[in-house]
Amino acid sequence: MRVDGKGRIDRAKPLEFTWGKERFTGFEGDTLASALLANGVRLMGRSFKYHRPRGPLTAGSEEPNALVTVGEGAAQEPNIRATMQELYAGLTAQPQNAWPSLERDVLGLNDYLAPFLGAGFYYKTFMWPKSFWEKVYEPFIRRAAGLGALSGAHNPSRYAKAFAHCEVLVIGAGPAGLSAARVAAEAGLDVILADESWEMGGRLLSETEEIDGQPGAAWAAAEVAALAAMGVRLMTRTTVTGAYDGGVFGALERRGHHAPHDPERPHECFWRIYTSRAILCAGALERPIAFPNNDRPGVMTAGAVRSYLNRFGVSPGTRVAVFGNNDSAHHTARDLLEAGVKVTAVIDSRPEVEIDVEAPVITGARVVGTKGRLGLEQITIEEKGAQRPLLADCLAVSGGWNPTVHLTCHMNGRPVWEPSIASFVPADSAVPGLSVAGSAAGVMDTFGCLKSGASVAADVARELGKAPPEPKAPRAGSAVYRIEPLWHVPGKGRAWLDFQNDVTVKDIKQAAQENYASVEHMKRYTTQGMATDQGKNSNVAALAILADATGRGIPETGTTTFRPPYSPVALAAIGAGAQGSGFAPQRFTTSHKASTTRGAPMVEAGLWYRPSYFPQTGETHWRESCDREVKLVRQTVGICDVSTLGKIDIQGPDAAAFLDFVYSNLFSTLKVGKVRYGLMLREDGHVMDDGTTARIGENHYVMTTTTAAAGQVMNHLEFVHQCLRPKLNVSFISVTEQWAQFAVAGPRSRELLNAILDTEIDDESWPYMSCGELGVAGVPGRLFRISFSGEHAYEVSVPARFGDSLFRLLVAQAEAMGGGAYGMEALNVMRIEKGFVTHAEIHGRTTAFDIGLGRMVSAKKDCVGKTMSQRPGLLDPDREQLVGFRPVDPEATLLAGAHLYADGAAPVAANDQGYCTSVAYSPSIGHHIALGFVKGGRERLGEVMRFWDGLREVDTSVEIVSPVFLDPEGERLRG
Amino acid sequence: MVKLIANSAAEGLLPLEGPGVTVAEPPMERLTSLAPLHGGLEAALEAAHGLALPKPNRTTGKAGVRCVWFSATHYMLIGPEPDASLSAHAAVTDQSDAWCRVALSGPRVAEMLSYLAPVDLREESFKRGHTARTLVGHMSASIIRTGAESYELFVFRSMATTLVHELEEALIALP
Amino acid sequence: MIIPCPICGDRDVREFTYMGHASILNRPDPEASPEVWDDYLHNRENLAGVVEELWQHTAGCGAWIIVRRDTRTHEILSAELAREVARAG
Repeated sequence: MRVDGKGRIDRAKPLEFTWGKERFTGFEGDTLASALLANGVRLMGRSFKYHRPRGPLTAGSEEPNALVTVGEGAAQEPNIRATMQELYAGLTAQPQNAWPSLERDVLGLNDYLAPFLGAGFYYKTFMWPKSFWEKVYEPFIRRAAGLGALSGAHNPSRYAKAFAHCEVLVIGAGPAGLSAARVAAEAGLDVILADESWEMGGRLLSETEEIDGQPGAAWAAAEVAALAAMGVRLMTRTTVTGAYDGGVFGALERRGHHAPHDPERPHECFWRIYTSRAILCAGALERPIAFPNNDRPGVMTAGAVRSYLNRFGVSPGTRVAVFGNNDSAHHTARDLLEAGVKVTAVIDSRPEVEIDVEAPVITGARVVGTKGRLGLEQITIEEKGAQRPLLADCLAVSGGWNPTVHLTCHMNGRPVWEPSIASFVPADSAVPGLSVAGSAAGVMDTFGCLKSGASVAADVARELGKAPPEPKAPRAGSAVYRIEPLWHVPGKGRAWLDFQNDVTVKDIKQAAQENYASVEHMKRYTTQGMATDQGKNSNVAALAILADATGRGIPETGTTTFRPPYSPVALAAIGAGAQGSGFAPQRFTTSHKASTTRGAPMVEAGLWYRPSYFPQTGETHWRESCDREVKLVRQTVGICDVSTLGKIDIQGPDAAAFLDFVYSNLFSTLKVGKVRYGLMLREDGHVMDDGTTARIGENHYVMTTTTAAAGQVMNHLEFVHQCLRPKLNVSFISVTEQWAQFAVAGPRSRELLNAILDTEIDDESWPYMSCGELGVAGVPGRLFRISFSGEHAYEVSVPARFGDSLFRLLVAQAEAMGGGAYGMEALNVMRIEKGFVTHAEIHGRTTAFDIGLGRMVSAKKDCVGKTMSQRPGLLDPDREQLVGFRPVDPEATLLAGAHLYADGAAPVAANDQGYCTSVAYSPSIGHHIALGFVKGGRERLGEVMRFWDGLREVDTSVEIVSPVFLDPEGERLRG
Repeated sequence: MVKLIANSAAEGLLPLEGPGVTVAEPPMERLTSLAPLHGGLEAALEAAHGLALPKPNRTTGKAGVRCVWFSATHYMLIGPEPDASLSAHAAVTDQSDAWCRVALSGPRVAEMLSYLAPVDLREESFKRGHTARTLVGHMSASIIRTGAESYELFVFRSMATTLVHELEEALIALP
Repeated sequence: MIIPCPICGDRDVREFTYMGHASILNRPDPEASPEVWDDYLHNRENLAGVVEELWQHTAGCGAWIIVRRDTRTHEILSAELAREVARAG
């Protein structure tokens, strides 16, 4: 119910929203949880395992119970904390993990089976019979598991990623964070202040405490304004989720959660924040006390009750009882009374404590039970051995406060037990560059937090070489925080620790009994701390109980490991910018537009997009286009964009020596104006890449690499130069992007070129494997007489700006002559016909010897890979060697990936003789042809083998033949 | 005689307008990569083009001529045809067509770039005349600060479409 | 993780590519024994402690860098240009 005169909500701005099937009204400044509580709704979720009815336990991001699904349709988002969901007009939220409704949930039956479903239930129950796992157990578990459900549709939300840099990152904008940011900013440091809420102030927004004579929230607002004026970057709705090496922090900014879904704007933005120093001012989280049936809606932390009352103007109950083991709980009673809410009892477990509250005070007492099916109606108090009932629809519980140490543990730091506050505090320098201030460091009073923030920030400023301002000490409460540990109240009924995963005190004890005594084992055995709240509400109590059960102290028991993220982060946010076309850059050639206009389907080659084939009217199958393109090259002339091959410009007096070292064969002997095929090895003796290199000047070469290995080769050259041969005076640069290069291939290629070249060429001036610079339609270009098709062919290049124009011109010329453009499919067919290798053959496990190019490893010099290529194992005549395969039945289809066996041998691994790497239907020959590797293959030409692919049901016979199917003498090349 | 038509790298893709940001493709200029080979490039550049060789992550320039530090081994001379004398001191390579260049201007450019690049582009760290080789999205890029509210960005020519896509996304991300 | 590039300064690890152990710089003589070559190519210490690694600033200046890093803490103790180390060596 609403409480007049309380809260930071704007009562002039009512907001209608939908919860389940009902419509309600809240106010601007509400969360979904506070608005529901104001409307008398306490039941907001069902627990994971037993489907117990649950209401909000907290008012913050640590909420384990009130998880809801927000939004509708494809954009619906499950597992949103109602305590973090800002209310907006038209918000729709649905309960989850309940069917048919929150009030009547069928799987609530699980609760009656609880005696059989305790810790380790899965491990013990689903063991046998083995055959039941797949068909019975797993489908059942999967159906029952999980909390909210995704829509199953493509996520229509946008996500962004961003980078921020600062000198000091202050994490959390409560009293410590605000004062730390102020000092750092006044010292002249560049500061980012991040807070998970939409309003800065932290607990000051939820408490009635005053600072410097004004309400805490007003003081906070004034501080925030001052920080903004000083240029501090204020990041609200931003949770710092992880601490990483080198002063890098991850942070999730919720951009769109507080407004109706907008597919045009980012829903969330994931930040990487780079800092010199960071100050953790994340405060502390209140922990509940485990007593029998402590999970009914209406039971919540005492601090949450104050948040609902003081920040949202809601009392979670009309008859509120308070139960605690420390002084902070008493504030709840005082604030409620002051607001006119009935407080039925203040129960303190400590026998001797003075409580100055105008309500019935019961000291040395405990709550030992609750009643109320879907919400709290009554509690049972035990005092001096006697039990009595007490009516209450809300119980505010405080078991003490746990410093929010999580980020300090992200790099393996272990927090330290601090008996005075009965909790863990961060270890010193657990994360390099991260200091801790305020409650996160175990300081539990407001004045102390203000002071701690300022003094830590002053230290940071000094370490960064800045002079901090004179210390100021605002007046604020400095009451001593007194606590006596109370983890568990024994009694009849289950006492809950981990609310979301339904882990009870008994489960922890059972784990200890079954010797899961290590805290990490206990966690995995019971699932305590493995829910979306990651044990924020239950870890400390659970390990205190484990410590007790195993007879060890809490410090010896230790904690589990906190890992990023601090609170859940959607994978979509982490992967922001990488969805769809953001996944990887797309590299388009200059002929891309002309190719797609012609209807060419594009195929990816690394990051490049290349045309598969150019379909013509009437062609219904890619093979028709491909066969036609092969024929037009073999009979007339074809044009293909080969710009994607890596081109590296190599210059310098030591260029020749450098090439001799990176290539297995010699390039110092190449004449200017000539091109040579080169083979590059890895240092382990296997082939890295192949390609042609042209010498266009005495100290100037242009190397070509395959498309796939262009980046690898460039890096390799850099490595060889910078790390192995730094004294060679040579320089290289990629010119792949500078030149648009086209293959002009076919018997009429020269005729075509002579129509567009500024200087006419003939066989004498441009023999096979020659190169040079010359004008191309008035533009300075380059011409290489090289061939990957086996035809008389050239590659002509011009600066990329002319690429589109030249491609169109070449294709038009070719078409006028009866030729045309050809794509990757035809290119591949023709290279297989010629037995030219690609990375299908030089796949990383083959040597020059294997592909029949052993002679190319020059004996005259050292080169990368030479020594190791001469290992006996790499020269074994029985190694798998490159051969061609011809199907015995010309109608047979061959498939790459098939394996080879002796004729008639069983297709089992022991009989394996080799494999097939490349296959094509050769329109020139009229049947399938293939390349592959066979043990000792070069000596087995003519042998018929079994060609078998068990996956795709190919089982046929092939004859081993030379890998060169067409024109073995190379007459067409030179023609 | 046929005549080839020249297309810029981002032909038809720009300009782009967003809140406080304008993205345009500047006119094509001569880009020449200079990789020191024999020493003496510093003096030769000064003599031929009246420019100092920039230090790492810096640029030098005067009207119509700029020299940009471009990598551990290269500089980029922007504007003029390179003087023939440079070849005695450096590997001189035409890169005029190798890069897609875009000019970004407006009061929110630096903010927009924070959605694209992991480098520190804060006012005091990345001043006019500074340059950085870094990532823009997943692309290797060169960023140059050319003025108080103007920057220039280089990526591989073939990635022009992706660059424009990334810039559009960054504009949408601006709050 | 942040790597201090000797040329570009502190940069996010995403700009770099890990290229293995820095011992790859010590290429043996071509005539060295198979054991020496085997060691050079295949055998690496897997230390919990300070290691010398080779990184390339692939999305930055392109330099190859020898980084001394403590594998237990990820603390980076030094970063030098490989070409300078190689020239000196």
